[in-house]
Amino acid sequence: MTELMQAIVRGLGQGSVYALLAIGFVIIYKSMRVISFAQPAFMLAGATLVSYLVVELNFFLAVVLATVLVALLGVGVERAALRPMIGKPVFVISIITLGVDVVIRVVVNGYIGINVRQVGDPWGLRTVTLLGIAVEQRYLAMFLTTMVLLAVLFAFFRYSRMGLAMRATALDQEVALAQGVSVGWVFALSWAIAAAMAAIAGVFVASGAGLDQGLWIVALKALPVIILGGLDSLGGALVAGLAIGVVEALVASYGTDISPHLDGDFALVSPYIVMMLVLLVRPYGLFGTREVERV
Amino acid sequence: MRAIAGRPELYTSYRQETSLLNTRPKRVWVGGVVVLALLLPFLFADDLLQLLATGFAAAIGAIGLNIVTGYAGQVSLGHAFFLAIGAYTAAVLSGDTDGRVLGFGITSLPVWLLAAGLVAALAGVIVAPLAVRLRGLYLAIVTLGLVFIGEYVFREWTDVTGGAGVGRQAAIPTLFGQRLDVDGELFTRVQKLYFLMFVVLVIFAVLARNLVRSRTGRALAAVRDRDIAASVIGVSLTRYKFIAFAVSSFYAGVAGALLFVITGYIEPGSFNLLLSVQYIAMILIGGVATISGSIMGALFITLLPRVTRELPAVLPFVNANSGSGGITVFQVEAILYGLLIVGFLIFEPRGLFGIWIRVRNYWKSWPFSY
Repeated sequence: MTELMQAIVRGLGQGSVYALLAIGFVIIYKSMRVISFAQPAFMLAGATLVSYLVVELNFFLAVVLATVLVALLGVGVERAALRPMIGKPVFVISIITLGVDVVIRVVVNGYIGINVRQVGDPWGLRTVTLLGIAVEQRYLAMFLTTMVLLAVLFAFFRYSRMGLAMRATALDQEVALAQGVSVGWVFALSWAIAAAMAAIAGVFVASGAGLDQGLWIVALKALPVIILGGLDSLGGALVAGLAIGVVEALVASYGTDISPHLDGDFALVSPYIVMMLVLLVRPYGLFGTREVERV
Repeated sequence: MRAIAGRPELYTSYRQETSLLNTRPKRVWVGGVVVLALLLPFLFADDLLQLLATGFAAAIGAIGLNIVTGYAGQVSLGHAFFLAIGAYTAAVLSGDTDGRVLGFGITSLPVWLLAAGLVAALAGVIVAPLAVRLRGLYLAIVTLGLVFIGEYVFREWTDVTGGAGVGRQAAIPTLFGQRLDVDGELFTRVQKLYFLMFVVLVIFAVLARNLVRSRTGRALAAVRDRDIAASVIGVSLTRYKFIAFAVSSFYAGVAGALLFVITGYIEPGSFNLLLSVQYIAMILIGGVATISGSIMGALFITLLPRVTRELPAVLPFVNANSGSGGITVFQVEAILYGLLIVGFLIFEPRGLFGIWIRVRNYWKSWPFSY
């Protein structure tokens, strides 16, 4: 029982990081109808910036500063590489983000170097006992931070003027434009939010084990998450993120009991298998909008 | 049907216009390129030939990806998975019967080449139902998932793949009782492999060209351009998506089997996302929905590392190895991939093929501007 609870808590912690990453993909998709493959680069950039800033600053200050800087980087990428491409096929724009990702990642890798860097988080691998279960502090921190951030984001979309503009743009770009919404601002802001979320997720991914060049692959876990939850559903991203995290943790804990092949490596690919199975039944994900075609 | 004397570009039938080499310049150019390619082994050193042979094998894979992504419009990031299936099928069939890994000792090239293609095509048919239900970016991500699942399977299935970091020997090519991967009396190993890759590439390129100018090819283009319109005029989406994936995977399987013959060795870690992205880059840089573009793109991407390796001599801030400051050739190479993809998409969406068309049109009416 304790082992099961521990696996679930670990899954919820990891899953909330996936949710953070997935939210970035969904926000960009909703505003531009594009899947941005640049998220791994933003994640890596955020973690790397923190690992440098933390030498001079307090950890939390470093995270805030790094998040702001990466958000600015996101705005810059949108302005330089994506704004000229408006109106081109979405596949072309997605491939461009893939190119951007490679370029940023190479630059960031230069700063990471070959050794593992530490982000200097105050949690490390310490545990705290909660209701009789030993829980690693970092999973608690991940979960709580994600919940707070998402609550703020949802409130922003629900109540603020800019949030309304973003929702209007997601619904219909031309109509929003006609109502006086600056769609350019909406694009810039969605890239800023997505990059910021990726940066924070990056810090959490690097907390505990440290940061190396191979870390970017974690960001791709968000892809099965967004497909599972539905490409255009913020709530879906959260639910699917947590679900994928828990599935992964359960497979990692109990997989070897079933077959020696179902080890930690299998846990890493289990999200993709879950995604394929769900897609066979629901082609638009669990919460995605069904595409209606007019002839 | 027959050409009219003095009017070389007047077509009197549809069949004449869609024929394989429908203009005189095309016949001359294709003939010239084939003759040049056959002469190259006697002009170039073995290391360059080996690179070109790799490029030819990769071109077969790129043609396959272009059939599913360029002609049929189904974006696939899972090409590495199908390459791997072909490579391992061939390696298992031709492998040592009592070696460390599974093998059946059938070293006849046509047999394992065909088998590699067929097994990969079967895998493509298994994936196709997903493609029938999904569109656009959803499909791209699902095929990306295939690559990760494949990586796991190839790492675990040590009887076939030899396991991560160890690997196994690639397929052994014998044709008419002759080993093609050892030095012979007349030709060196690399020269033999070069001729092999070239002949196979020509066969598969002509087959692909014939496919895309047929009824099937037109149906694939219809599915790409507007799937609903296609199904309204009676093109079965299910049928043609199955065909596209099966044919594309067949090509990938053949390419995978041949690619590793050159290095002679397969490591399961090589079939990763990067390989898939390289193939996407090949068709984007070469030219989407063109066969000659696929070949140009594949050669371009294969020769790129060779060019960047020469950079340190020209640019002083580029270093040949890491650890001595500045940027390394590997970083330059990775950045170049990114920049080339972005640059071609923005400035020349038709790729190298489009550049060729522009050059051709310029000289067609030279010295007049149009």
